[in-house]
Amino acid sequence: MRPMIAATLAAATLLSACTNPTGFGPGSGAAGAPGAQGVAGGIVPGSASDPASAAYFQQTVGDRVLFAVDQSTLSGEARTALTRQARWLQQNPGFTAVIEGHADEQGTREYNLALGARRAAAAQEFLVSQGIASSRLRTVTYGKERPLEICSSEACYAQNRRAVTVLAGGVGSV
Amino acid sequence: MKIITIAAMLAAAALTAPPAAAQQAPGPLRITLEQGVIEPLPIAIPTFVAEDAGAEAIVAELTQVVTDDLVNSGLFRAIPADAFISRVASFDAPVAYADWKAINAQALVTAGVATRGDGAVTVRFRLHDVFSDGEVGEGLQFAGTTTELRRLGHKIADEIYSRLTGEAGYFDSRVVFVSETGPKNARLKRLAIMDYDGANVRYLTDDSSIVLAPRFSPRGDRVLYTSYASGFPEVYLLDVGSVTSQPLGDGSSTMSFAPRFAPDGNTVVYSLSSGGNTDLYTLDLATGARQRLTSAPSIETAPSYSPDGSQIVFESDRTGIPQIYVMPASGGEARRISSGEGRYGTPVWSPRGDLIAFTKQNAGRFHIGAMRTDGSDERLLTASFLDEGPTWAPNGRVIMFTRETQGEDGAPDLWSVDVTGRNLRRVSTPAFASDPSWSPLLP
Repeated sequence: MRPMIAATLAAATLLSACTNPTGFGPGSGAAGAPGAQGVAGGIVPGSASDPASAAYFQQTVGDRVLFAVDQSTLSGEARTALTRQARWLQQNPGFTAVIEGHADEQGTREYNLALGARRAAAAQEFLVSQGIASSRLRTVTYGKERPLEICSSEACYAQNRRAVTVLAGGVGSV
Repeated sequence: MKIITIAAMLAAAALTAPPAAAQQAPGPLRITLEQGVIEPLPIAIPTFVAEDAGAEAIVAELTQVVTDDLVNSGLFRAIPADAFISRVASFDAPVAYADWKAINAQALVTAGVATRGDGAVTVRFRLHDVFSDGEVGEGLQFAGTTTELRRLGHKIADEIYSRLTGEAGYFDSRVVFVSETGPKNARLKRLAIMDYDGANVRYLTDDSSIVLAPRFSPRGDRVLYTSYASGFPEVYLLDVGSVTSQPLGDGSSTMSFAPRFAPDGNTVVYSLSSGGNTDLYTLDLATGARQRLTSAPSIETAPSYSPDGSQIVFESDRTGIPQIYVMPASGGEARRISSGEGRYGTPVWSPRGDLIAFTKQNAGRFHIGAMRTDGSDERLLTASFLDEGPTWAPNGRVIMFTRETQGEDGAPDLWSVDVTGRNLRRVSTPAFASDPSWSPLLP
């Protein structure tokens, strides 16, 4: 039952992707905000209970990796998370993704844009090394423009130094 | 187009036949800027004389603009009007210098304002050195319109500043910046332009996509900025007169930001990120030719030309920590000029060519600083939780920058400081504001 739904969804995704000539949706500035899907009992297509949904990818697979101060090197934890992302992307070939690189507020605007680009690229390269076609992945840097957490201490900064894989083209994608 | 019209109307002309006193040897009245002015010069600026009914309605505002410019420069202290002994009832009447000496006014401004039915305004003005019983320079006549009244005031204030300091002023200028609203994690940003003092704010974009770091062209008629309109950061060029903009890129899968004009107004230097690596490129606006200036695996960004166009100062983390480097404008070997503790970024070459302003991050604090172009004589001018992004006043004497406060309600505002480190003040804006870029003096 479940694989069938997944296959159907994938097909629908491919069709919808075709209507978008670049295959990429606009970058979502609000990415990372938890989805507002109501999860009730059975599998609702597109909801977080649907393993082929963007919401599932975001909440269950895990859509983000975190970085140390000033770094774009992937930690062991980040590699594990990206390996999970790669496996999911292989199982759901209808999806493309934009990887958003972010920085915390320490640092100038320009440097943080460049740093965010590095982080997004590090995540992208790892996914490609795991067999994901680079044509399905695009990167964008937000620098320090879109903090997730807004306090001015390391507790928040640690959450803001991130690369977030934002799916495009799938049913239920945000 | 509109700017040209204004410029033509704001023509200044020397008044003929200055009174005999003005032909004496120049008085000792002089402000020296090098070390920073500690004691502001006492100046009396009695309300300009209205020479007709139309002028009655505008003299108060005009006088206020001139007074505010001079006082906010930190170089002048305006003597309050209720201390005045003399009343200036006529621009052409002799000045009772004794009355101004008695209240210790060292400088005195007198002006007469006349209007015409079509909105034309004529201001005749004189600057007096009270203690030498004479004028500083000749009388001048400025012509403008009631709709551009504040510019007339700025022109007069620039003239006074220039005569007393021996340097060009900076009051008749504009600032393009990013106006910000909304919470810290969902800021809405739009480009705005205003007079240097925060008046006449006008929006150049809506807030539907993130916009960053606008930069004026050398003549102030165009603005480069970075927009996320396509979903990705990309450099745009905006024409201020028509408020139309277009992306500079070719739509390839790269990200571009941190643009700045060369002094020729035709070449643009900017950062381009590809595959995670950020390098510097130039684009010739006339031919569309693109040239790569750096190719290192490190971050190269925040470029700024020297005023003669021969060199570029920029930020790079090639040693592992962001530092400031200078290289020939065509690329090639770069030499590091920053050498102190901490991280250096956003270098901007002074319009005078003598200094480079920068952002410095050290020990958990941010500073705006200035150093000579060889990196010597570093001076930190400010300190706060987050100061960044300096821009120079057209005369190279004042720096405006972004100061962002700390915490969940933290937000940015524009501030200015003299290059001496004195006269730190907030620039009033209607909403949060960041990323200022100061225009040249308006024509």
